[in-house]
Amino acid sequence: MSLYAAIFYALAIVILTATGLAITRRQPIHAVLYLIVAFLGTAALFFLLGAPLLAAFVIILYAGAIMVLILFVIMLFQRSPREIGQLPQWGPATLLGIVFLAVAVAMVFKDPGSGIVLQGAAAQPKDFGHFLFDRYWLAVEIISVLLLVALVAIIQVGKGRDTGGDEAERQINPVRNSSGALIHGGIVSKSTPTAEQRAFAAPKWLRPRRRGIVSNGVKEGRS
Amino acid sequence: MIVPFGHVFLLAGLIFAMGLVCLVAQRNLIMTLVGVEVMMNAAAIAFIAASLRWQLMEGQVFMLFILAVAAAEVSVGLAIVVNVYRRTGSIDPDHYDILKG
Repeated sequence: MSLYAAIFYALAIVILTATGLAITRRQPIHAVLYLIVAFLGTAALFFLLGAPLLAAFVIILYAGAIMVLILFVIMLFQRSPREIGQLPQWGPATLLGIVFLAVAVAMVFKDPGSGIVLQGAAAQPKDFGHFLFDRYWLAVEIISVLLLVALVAIIQVGKGRDTGGDEAERQINPVRNSSGALIHGGIVSKSTPTAEQRAFAAPKWLRPRRRGIVSNGVKEGRS
Repeated sequence: MIVPFGHVFLLAGLIFAMGLVCLVAQRNLIMTLVGVEVMMNAAAIAFIAASLRWQLMEGQVFMLFILAVAAAEVSVGLAIVVNVYRRTGSIDPDHYDILKG
C-alpha cells in the first residue's frame, strides 16, 4: 500500500466518522460543526485526487460560507426551537439507506472497470480555468442567472407576509430572551440598549411573534 | 497509483447513504438541509474520482456547478426555514398542519 493509498484511507475514515456523527446529532449546531470537519476532509481528498483549485473552493465555499450561513441561521433562532417530541424515524430510514447501499455496492463492483487503479494527476488552476471558460462558458452564465434567481427568491421569502420591505429599518427592536433581558453577543444585559446595540439587534421579521412586548422599541414591562 | 476506482465510489456511496438517512430520519428542517449537503458532497466526490479515472476535466467542471447549486439551494432553503419558523414557531415539519381541516 503506497503512501497515497494510506492517505486516502485515513481521509475516508475521517470523512465517514465526521459525517456519521453529524447526521446523528440532535442539536443542529453540533451537526454543522462536525460537517465542517467532514468538508475539510473532503477538501484534502480533492487535493489528493488532483483538483487543487476545487479543494480551495470547498474550503472557502462549503466549509467557509455555506456552513457559516447555516450557523448564523441557527443562532438567529433566539430560543432553541421546541423540543422534538417523538423519536426520529431511524428504523425505516436506516433500512432504506442499507438497501440503497447494497445496490450501489453491487453495481460498483459488478463494473469491470472498478478495479482500475487511479493514476495520480493534477489539473492546474490555469488549465482548469481555460477549459472552463473555453467550453462551458454558457453554463457559467446560466449558473450566474441561477444565483440571481436565488437572491430574488430569498428577498421575497424573507420579507414575510405582514412586514413591508422597509419596515425592518424603521422599527428596530432589541432582541430579548424569555425573561425580558437584552441579548447581545451572548451577554445578557438589563439596561436600556444604546443606539449602537439597537443597530445590531435582529430585525423584526426574524423574531417569532410573542405577546407582552410592544414592538416599537421602547422599553416597557411584560404583561 | 492511489487506490482502485471502486473504493472511491464506495466511499461516495457510503456518504450518500448517510445523507439519505439523515434526510429521511431527522425531524428538524435544518438537519434536513444538512442531509442534502452531505448528499451533494458525495456526488462531488464521485465526480472528482471519475474525472481522475478518465483523465477528463469535465468532472471537475461539474463539481464547480454542484458547488454553485448547493449554495443557491441552501440559501433558499434557509430563507424558507426562517419564514416558516416565524409563522409557526416550530421547525418540525409535523407541526405544519394548518391545512388539516
